[in-house]
Amino acid sequence: MKKNSKIKVVTGNEAAAIAASLCRPDVIAAYPITPQTEVIEKLSEYHANGLLDAELINVEGENSAMNSITAASLAGGRVFTATSSWGLVFMYDAILAASGARAPVVMANVNRETPGIIAVSCGQQDMISIRDSGWINLIAEDCQEILDMLIMAYRLAEDDEIQLPVMVNYDGFYLSYLSEKVEIPAVEEVDNFLSVLKKQPQRPRLLPGKSLGCGSHGILGGYLELRYKHCNALQRAKNKFQQITKEFQKQFSRNSGGQIEEYKTADADIVIVASGSMCGTIKTVIDEKREEGIKIGLVRIRMFRPFPEEELIRALSGKKSIGVIDRSVAFGFSGGPIYIEVKTLAQDINTSALISFIAGLANIDITVLNIEKIIADLIDASSGKPYKTVNWIPFEQEA
Amino acid sequence: MLIKGYFNYEGPWSDAQKELLCMNTGSWRTKRPVINPELCIDCGFCSLYCPVQCMTDAKEYFTADLNFCKGCGICANECPRKAIEMKPEADFLN
Repeated sequence: MKKNSKIKVVTGNEAAAIAASLCRPDVIAAYPITPQTEVIEKLSEYHANGLLDAELINVEGENSAMNSITAASLAGGRVFTATSSWGLVFMYDAILAASGARAPVVMANVNRETPGIIAVSCGQQDMISIRDSGWINLIAEDCQEILDMLIMAYRLAEDDEIQLPVMVNYDGFYLSYLSEKVEIPAVEEVDNFLSVLKKQPQRPRLLPGKSLGCGSHGILGGYLELRYKHCNALQRAKNKFQQITKEFQKQFSRNSGGQIEEYKTADADIVIVASGSMCGTIKTVIDEKREEGIKIGLVRIRMFRPFPEEELIRALSGKKSIGVIDRSVAFGFSGGPIYIEVKTLAQDINTSALISFIAGLANIDITVLNIEKIIADLIDASSGKPYKTVNWIPFEQEA
Repeated sequence: MLIKGYFNYEGPWSDAQKELLCMNTGSWRTKRPVINPELCIDCGFCSLYCPVQCMTDAKEYFTADLNFCKGCGICANECPRKAIEMKPEADFLN
């Protein structure tokens, strides 16, 4: 632990609010929505108590929140917002505008099921529904990682070579309201960590008296050029994030992995690919199974966009069976969304069994028993027994 | 690593002087801002709010560059001194 850090027991939402205020944002605009509300409550509290020197805009909805901070970002400010589910989809056009304008905004998205079926409960469907918006998407596993990732998010977003918005996702309910021990670095340490950005060339910004156009019209070749640059910046973000996590480790002595976290995968025959809070349970079950002599590991996706193709190929190559657990669905596809994306790497991974597990929708707990059943299925598949490619848990287990 | 093409920046930023203030958008206008120099206090609010950046400072008061002014009326709405009046273009035909 760092000398001048503090240890506090805080919720995931409070960890997000603390992280945002440690990064000294200039403008925060947000609208409350369950399960994110506490983030805004905390930030307002810090602001009211004089602990947060930022412009706090109480907007009338999420669309205005995103547009306000995008504008503030284009004027050169450091900005923050947080949302969830219905709020996220209500700002959809603004999300696209932010990434199209290459505004380095940072947002916490507290994962919750999306409209269609009313369900005030956890699921990653909101993140999945915006996966093609051109943002960088990170997924945290616990409260400490929410804080760490948000600090790293500013380094990534505002980097001269990246200039892209970053969304830090964490499971609503399971993490948003979970209180656990979090190490809070001193603000000077965070200043120091972010100071690299000040040495970089200053990004373009709107200033009075300066004739500069932002979000400019790009048709034909101009559009192609901007999309090409955007896609390349996303690819660069992979290594950049890896590099930032290493620097973070050097300064704060914590590292939960780069684009992916590999948990006991080196000698594993069977690997589970998952993300978010469910990984805590999975690791516990893996520890138990390891004691029984089963060679199993976990690959946890920390960076969902850009998709860590190279890292996944490296970590999953030659494994006998791989199970991908999705806390969301892919409409029109038989498997889960992350499963489908992992499957695009199948030729390079060269595994005999790639299985989709759709679990934990709308706050259905992903239990130790669920994980044990998943592992049993993966063991069967690895030994050549017939298996079902797509499994809905626990729905089909009970049937 | 960063490529250069139509845009001089990594993002969709452009030089407004060259890329925006090059098309005669003044022809779209149905009303024009008429500034009363007596009332104008040269505060510059109109120039900050003008979407096409066509308000220019004439030292003691502001004037609109009618080559680019589309007649949106935001300047008149925002002027704290009510020094700007939007008058129909028809009044200026002769």
